[in-house]
Amino acid sequence: MNKQLEVKNLTIAYDGKAVVADAGFELETGEIGCLLGPSGCGKTSLLRAIAGFEPAVSGEILLRGRCVTRPGTSLAPEYRNVGMVFQDFALYPHLTVSKNIGFGLRKLSRGESQRRVEELLRLVDMEDLGAKYPHQLSGGQQQRVALVRAMAPQPDILLLDEPFSGLDVELRSQLARELREILKRDQITAILVTHDQLEAFAMADQIGVMMEGRMLQWADGYSLYHRPANRFVADFIGRGAMLTGQVIDGPRIETALGILEANRTADLRPGETVELLLRPSDLVHDDNSPFQLEVLDRIFQGAEYLYTLRLNEETQVLCLVQSHHNHAIGERIGVKLDVGRLVTFRN
Amino acid sequence: MISGTSVWRGGVVLIASLLAMPVIVILGFLLVPAGEVWHHLVSTVLPDYVKNSLLLMLGVSIGVLILGVGSAWLTSMCRFPGSRLFEWSLLLPMAMPAYIIAYTYTGLFDFAGPAQSLLREWTGWSYGDYWFPEIRSLEGAAVMLSLVLFPYVYLLSRAAFLGQSLCVLDVSRTLGNGPWRTFFTVALPLARPAIVAGLSLALMETLADYGTVQYFGVATFTTGIFRTWFGLDSTAAAAQLSAVLLLFVFVLVVLERSSRRSARYHHTSQRHQVLRRYPLAGWRGAGAALFCFGILFFGFLLPAGQLLIWAVTTADERLDAQFLSLVWHSLELAGIASLLALALALFLGYGRRLHGNWAVQLAVRIAGMGYAVPGTVIAVGVMIPFAAFDNGLDAWTRSQFGLSTGLLLSGTLAALLFAYLVRFLAVSLQTVEAGLAKIRPSMDEVSRSMGTGAAETVRRVHVPMLKGSLVTALLLVFVDVLKELPATLILRPFNFNTLAVRAYELASDERLADASLASLTIVAVGIVPVILLSRSIGRSRHEQAT
Repeated sequence: MNKQLEVKNLTIAYDGKAVVADAGFELETGEIGCLLGPSGCGKTSLLRAIAGFEPAVSGEILLRGRCVTRPGTSLAPEYRNVGMVFQDFALYPHLTVSKNIGFGLRKLSRGESQRRVEELLRLVDMEDLGAKYPHQLSGGQQQRVALVRAMAPQPDILLLDEPFSGLDVELRSQLARELREILKRDQITAILVTHDQLEAFAMADQIGVMMEGRMLQWADGYSLYHRPANRFVADFIGRGAMLTGQVIDGPRIETALGILEANRTADLRPGETVELLLRPSDLVHDDNSPFQLEVLDRIFQGAEYLYTLRLNEETQVLCLVQSHHNHAIGERIGVKLDVGRLVTFRN
Repeated sequence: MISGTSVWRGGVVLIASLLAMPVIVILGFLLVPAGEVWHHLVSTVLPDYVKNSLLLMLGVSIGVLILGVGSAWLTSMCRFPGSRLFEWSLLLPMAMPAYIIAYTYTGLFDFAGPAQSLLREWTGWSYGDYWFPEIRSLEGAAVMLSLVLFPYVYLLSRAAFLGQSLCVLDVSRTLGNGPWRTFFTVALPLARPAIVAGLSLALMETLADYGTVQYFGVATFTTGIFRTWFGLDSTAAAAQLSAVLLLFVFVLVVLERSSRRSARYHHTSQRHQVLRRYPLAGWRGAGAALFCFGILFFGFLLPAGQLLIWAVTTADERLDAQFLSLVWHSLELAGIASLLALALALFLGYGRRLHGNWAVQLAVRIAGMGYAVPGTVIAVGVMIPFAAFDNGLDAWTRSQFGLSTGLLLSGTLAALLFAYLVRFLAVSLQTVEAGLAKIRPSMDEVSRSMGTGAAETVRRVHVPMLKGSLVTALLLVFVDVLKELPATLILRPFNFNTLAVRAYELASDERLADASLASLTIVAVGIVPVILLSRSIGRSRHEQAT
């Protein structure tokens, strides 16, 4: 496989203040990447640097092996062959849908350009809407036009800045599925920026979690959830609680919920205190368990209840229980550990 | 190497400094020791100027608030016979310059005018038998100005009423307040910043007015400046009077700015429901319609009709080569001024968009302040430095080369055009900036990312998207220049007449009917911005409905 995009030790700064610090990752041809993080984490700046709108202070960006950004030089956006979809779609109000899509196709002959526009309109089921103006379209339709407009010149990489944020919740998941299908069918390499992890899981092959300008982990969704590289990733991705434990020997760790057999013991030293990441599914309901915990809160999620349980004064844990086990707040329920993959952090 | 950015920034700052020069010159005279003329003014007429200006402002405030807020509320919230029609037609009085409505009303309501003649005919009274309001008075001037300036309040408060979420009004109703109580306790306070902003604009125009007060013989600052300048021939005293007037204006500018800022916080909701207009039936509907029609009638239909009648009766003798040369002069001036203003506005607007730093921001802000400065003040502020320059240059060339350059700037159209730019650049700038704001940065970036260079982006995205704003900017300045009176009176080259100047001169000579053709032309051209405004009102209503 070929490397479509390489970002190496990239630092971006505004007025001397780094907004992206030493970030790096790679995408192979046809892969969909995602930059995930809270607002202000630098993910949009990183995306804009790939597009060529932000210069680098250090590090470099390579598109299909060609260096496009390094300190002091930055290839202008119009020579990079990237496609970008903006949060506000940025459709041209003075042009029809067809003209918007054909905006970047002026190197093609009129006939070729027209064929390409028609093909793209068909791709998003909007064959009849080519003559309309953007303001006559719904939000979802505008988003599709913005997408195929960016795809039209067959860019080396497609950059999507919060592409679903302006849309209704129901529309989002539907469009995310559609978008992934389209990108995968045409083997288009793409990067999406979002703060919504479910969107990231639904769309991306590789996800980079960012915080305060740093790339904390670059991995697929499964690894982020089950093998978080550090506490922030563990906190940010999915739900969970931290449990203090003491390493007895080898694989065994003593916790307030009993002794735990760890399967990865490589770097645990006897006697040391560690923090364990406990996902709601790591705790199972068992009436016979010696650990009876008080229900502090519960959220009905259809098939399951998500219970918040009091372990001791300072610690609360989460437990996912099938919803026919209906316990009121204040009751005590029995739980036991059933940890598939143990994640520990040192203090 | 000098970068494009620094050239652009330097240019913006230079333009702003030039445009600020007249005001700075005037304010500088505050530091010049007061001369004999000034002491004379202070001890004789200045108290009158202050008193009359304040009384006039008070009268206009009352007038524009009643007319403007009342009609805005009725047309935005209620449905009654003709309400849709009044929505835009209430802007028509804007087309009527105050000095024109003033002398038209004089013709209508003077002792010899048709109104009093008719009254005498019906009643058999003769002179001295009855009381009739004196139109040529301070009260009369306040009424005239109110009739043509209320649209400022109408426009802004209407936008505020429409911007209020219906929810806040509904909440008040569910809490047990009737419609009247809701209006006074919720809608009016929420719209207050917008109303105050509109009021301060109307008052700026009031302070700037020269034609009306001069014609009615009310001594205010503007007439005082004219008298001191031409009659007493005292530059310093005229400039010092102007400076005092500027202090009044400054208060209004601060008021307007701060009101506009707080108006932003008074937006109650981003999501608006389509307004359900409250239907007014029976006598209440008739009353609302009568109120709005009354404003329209006295503010536009009656004076325009009178002008039309006069114009038709005098057209044969007035429509001659001299009139055509007036038209040509006016078009020429207005055309050049509006093109120059557009070019500057584009330069400043793009400077701010592409190279905006604090200096550029400040410079653009300063360049847009001229709208608040009365034409009289600008004229004095232009004349003083230009004349000094001309005299200096003339003296120098005479001593060096023994030839006279004469008046290069002060006696020519250059001074007049410069004064127009100082006063009306704001109009052009505002329109251009609003147009530029619609081209979001992401639209530039999308174009760049699709392989389109900067110049081509301007051609394919900016030009088509800006076109409408550019035409609007041209038209608005064109019409404003055409209507402008006091600066033109002071700065025009010798024997150079425009429609506004000629209409005013003829009216001053009591040749009201003869003045009508020029006046009617000005009013007709003045309808253009009214159409533009009413179209944008229609558009915003459409957007609300979708």
